[in-house]
Amino acid sequence: MLDHLDPVILARAQFAFTVSFHFIFPAFSIGLASYLMVLEGLWLKTGSGLYANLYRYWLKIFAVAFGMGVVSGLVMSYQFGTNWSVFSAKAGPIIGPLMAYEVLTAFFLEAGFLGVMLFGISKVGKGLHFFATCMVALGTLISATWIISVNSWMQTPVGYAINAKGQFVPAGSWLPIIFNPSFPYRLTHTVIAAYLTTSLVVGAVGAWHLLKDRTNPGARTMFSMAMWMAAIVAPIQIFAGDTQGLNTLEHQPAKVLAMEGDYDPSPNGAPLVLFGLPSNAEGRVRYKVEVPHVGSLILKHDPSAPLPGLKDFPRDKWPPVPIIFWSFRIMVALGFAMLGLGLWSLAARARKRLYDWPWLHRAAVAMGPAGFVAVIAGWVTTEVGRQPYTIYGLLETAQSHSPLAAPAVAASLVAFVLVYFAAFGAGTYYLLRLMAKPPEAHEAEPANMPQRAAGITPAPGVGAPLPAAE
Amino acid sequence: MGGIDLTIVWAVIIAFAVFAYVVMDGFDLGIGILFPSFAVGDERDQAMNSIAPVWDGNETWLVMGGGGLLAAFPIAYAIILPATYPLMIAMLLGLVFRGVAFEFRWRDPRHRPLWDVAFTLGSVVAALSQGITLGAILQGIHVAGDAYAGGWLDWLSPFSLLTGVALVIGYALLGATWLVWKTEGQAQQHARRLSLGLGIATFAAMAAVSGATPFLAYDYWRRWFAMPGVLLTAQVPLLVMIAAVLFFWSLRRGGEKLPFLIALALFLLGFVGLAISMYPYVVPRAVTIWDAAAPPQSQLFMLVGAVVIVPVILIYTAWAYWVFRGKVGTQGYH
Repeated sequence: MLDHLDPVILARAQFAFTVSFHFIFPAFSIGLASYLMVLEGLWLKTGSGLYANLYRYWLKIFAVAFGMGVVSGLVMSYQFGTNWSVFSAKAGPIIGPLMAYEVLTAFFLEAGFLGVMLFGISKVGKGLHFFATCMVALGTLISATWIISVNSWMQTPVGYAINAKGQFVPAGSWLPIIFNPSFPYRLTHTVIAAYLTTSLVVGAVGAWHLLKDRTNPGARTMFSMAMWMAAIVAPIQIFAGDTQGLNTLEHQPAKVLAMEGDYDPSPNGAPLVLFGLPSNAEGRVRYKVEVPHVGSLILKHDPSAPLPGLKDFPRDKWPPVPIIFWSFRIMVALGFAMLGLGLWSLAARARKRLYDWPWLHRAAVAMGPAGFVAVIAGWVTTEVGRQPYTIYGLLETAQSHSPLAAPAVAASLVAFVLVYFAAFGAGTYYLLRLMAKPPEAHEAEPANMPQRAAGITPAPGVGAPLPAAE
Repeated sequence: MGGIDLTIVWAVIIAFAVFAYVVMDGFDLGIGILFPSFAVGDERDQAMNSIAPVWDGNETWLVMGGGGLLAAFPIAYAIILPATYPLMIAMLLGLVFRGVAFEFRWRDPRHRPLWDVAFTLGSVVAALSQGITLGAILQGIHVAGDAYAGGWLDWLSPFSLLTGVALVIGYALLGATWLVWKTEGQAQQHARRLSLGLGIATFAAMAAVSGATPFLAYDYWRRWFAMPGVLLTAQVPLLVMIAAVLFFWSLRRGGEKLPFLIALALFLLGFVGLAISMYPYVVPRAVTIWDAAAPPQSQLFMLVGAVVIVPVILIYTAWAYWVFRGKVGTQGYH
């Protein structure tokens, strides 16, 4: 009965589902690993028990999130072959080595030092333990670098030749492949997004506990650190997003035109379409609200610069405009909301009300998940915007998939949905439960044993009972 | 690279990664398989704690095997994975369940029995899928024009089910002997009893798989039994028999590390047997490693990294194991 379903659509749905789920965890763990490194560094430098407590508080959360990132990432590394075998056979000689380098330089580094980071503080001493934390944080960043390089090459492929078997192979040096035209912009935008996402989560947790007890020193410190991060990084992110937009206009104009909802060419300068209902069938945006010339001002930094329209491109090469038109707006709106929160926190700081302005704290709690939503919306924009291609302009999605029957893919898709919601749903619940507990003066080490969770074994390196934080 | 065949070098590296995966994740999957037989409380906690700091690194070898295959032999990757589709999906979902169970069972004491079941089921499903995949590859995959050309249940056969069960038993043996090394007291005695039974079962399973393989295809028969090759290939079963004697002797004598090390040696012998059956094919009787190979530029680029980085990985992995050396105890490592 499933035979009439299109196996390609099912495979795309499965990939979109699994990659979206996966992306949530690294978006958080990249930022959190760096935050833990900063906290442990501050603790070693100042000797303050406050930072030690915060380190332990967030380490427990990190352990849960990281585990989910590992197993959901493992799925991704096999799904290229299970569901996209033609793509793998053709692009393997280029993207395979980049992913192999990701495993060699990042995954092993993270995994090798994670055990020591989580369980080893009483075994290796402070300095070596800090080193392990740094290696895990470094590993997350190296991992992001390689995988974004792979994705960017699929978006802006260069430096390749096509061999007799129809495979993409390196034409010469690997440098142009790794540092392909969209890579630096995409990497910057993604890593900053991870930092911003983490700072919003940390800020929300701090704010939540400030609403209950504005004197909690741990909550005060984490809220303050997170708001500094948001205030500094949100404007940088908006700037980075703008540069990536310009880069995309240069290399993937159809994607940008779809994001903007520009079906018709604008020889005298494009408007900025704020809202509307794009329709590929009608080739126009219905009920649109637009501001004249601002589109060209943003994309060309000149209000009357001409811009093409989607109608300049063959109809069958249009991406699905309604999806990315909206995902892009969701991302941008959340980006500006983050900027607003950052500015509000600066104002509160200037008026010395950072820790007792409940509306600010409520806003920060509400913005807690905003980073995840923005990251997924941005991901949808760039990935759906690449359609109908897997390798932009060269290999179509409809020609990339495995020779699999629809029932096989439909069954696996259902299995993924059930297992992911059960496993990661439970994980999210545990994360929220950990976050709901206020940071205390005597945070236990990451509990791998219930007996230890009671906090009876302060590690020698930590120095016996920690001073109640100021 | 005059004189050195990069394709052979990469075949060796990937074989190494797969072997590293099989023995390292093998013992922690084995503990998952045996988990229901451990007493709730101390015994389970000891078993879990003995692998908590290392399982993630162990599993990274699986990513290395898959990623390396994609990079060095993309066509093999693109044939084998669709051919074993339901197995791959089942393995991944099994690994998801058991991976999250490591953290979740500590986070949620009320539902710990549930996560313990997830840990076991995930481990059994992952091990079984890997074993069946091995059988599916050995019995042959229908290939046409460098792509998989069969249906989505071709992998299912009595032989592949046999290899599936055999691998589950083998992993359980690795897990049990690991616990003989890492635990003490009651838990160790239990692990020792398990090792005895699983040792017998593993030797029986190896014999069954080895006995059935030559009947799958004449090519296997010729490789193992034709003169003069048989003089060499006969050494493998001979060494397995010696290993069997040593294994039961060391178990009886109360050896702590030796049973685990001999179990590793057994897996190595099994691996050598596989190499004799398969080389130089990556998909038996259809695709050789040279047919499937990525171009030399790709293989060379990765080799530079692998030569430098793999030794570093081995060093810090060894260090991580060293940090958590000794008996695990009930309070985590001490």
